[in-house]
Amino acid sequence: MLEFLSRVFGKESTSKDVAKERLRLVLVHDRANVSPQLLHSLKADLIKVISKYMEIDEEALEVTLSSEDTQVALVANIPVKNMKRSVKDHSV
Amino acid sequence: MGEVIVVTSGKGGVGKTTTTANIGTGLAALDHKVVLVDADIGLRNLDVVLGLENRIVYDIVDAANGNCRLRQAIIKDKRLEGLHLLPAAQTKDKTAVTPEQMEELCAELKKEFEYVIVDCPAGIEQGFKNAIAGADKAIVVTTPEVSAVRDADRIIGLLEAAELRDPKLIINRLRARMVKAGDMMSIDDMLEILAIDLLGVVPEDDLVVISTNKGEPVVTNEKSLSGQAYRNIVRRIKGEEVPLMDLESEGGFLKALRRLIGLK
Repeated sequence: MLEFLSRVFGKESTSKDVAKERLRLVLVHDRANVSPQLLHSLKADLIKVISKYMEIDEEALEVTLSSEDTQVALVANIPVKNMKRSVKDHSV
Repeated sequence: MGEVIVVTSGKGGVGKTTTTANIGTGLAALDHKVVLVDADIGLRNLDVVLGLENRIVYDIVDAANGNCRLRQAIIKDKRLEGLHLLPAAQTKDKTAVTPEQMEELCAELKKEFEYVIVDCPAGIEQGFKNAIAGADKAIVVTTPEVSAVRDADRIIGLLEAAELRDPKLIINRLRARMVKAGDMMSIDDMLEILAIDLLGVVPEDDLVVISTNKGEPVVTNEKSLSGQAYRNIVRRIKGEEVPLMDLESEGGFLKALRRLIGLK
């Protein structure tokens, strides 16, 4: 459908665009696979930021990369223990 | 004290050995004292690309294990005064040399040569680890293909993990006409994806095949476009600022005709 639409509007993507897009996706996977340290430090930073707003269960926090056909998503499962009262101050 | 530069790519067949031969020959043509080290043990090839295959007596494994003196294993080119080759062994495998031995070899060679260029084998295993062990700098060779760029990205990550910072990129076998038609990734596309500095771009050129057939690196061919690209790369390695060649307009019939009759 998308292909049909882009053909109608005269914007057929070139094979180079296809190559670039495939490469981009493949590299997101590759780069994520190369460094478990990266996920680890991302997790640490997430805890730092979120803790400003709410009390979370640091032990149960999970951060993973999940991949579907055409995209890669960062999935974070963060159990909240308690909301902080000062949260209102931050929302201004 | 010279510097050790490793030429690597991850994927095989993108032109590591050709690049090594041309950079080394180009540097020697500018009166530098250069040694090329073939680290592809078991799949020796740099010797044939350089046309030195009939002169090998000892090899890198002999030198590393003390079966001969390092000096005895190094072949001196007869055409270019400063050009030397330390050949790989053909009958051993990648484990015949350790990273520590490689480091020692490079340290020794650096004392005598201005440039030590190491031709790395394809892959990311022992051979790769050996080849980069003694290196001060790294060059990553890729071609405008998804597979080659992907492997280059992986290699860049591994080089950085091994503290070889800021590798430089050579894009090999670019076809300007296909880039123009939108059927091949452009220089900018690849730089955007890999996010490293560009050392040079070598166009696809029949003369590379012809010169490799003869064992004479194309860099010495004044009329060749790829030879010019390699000469530019050599000057950039020496620290000169050399603008990229205009590849887009080359290749047309009129251009070729003009070049033929010397109008440039």
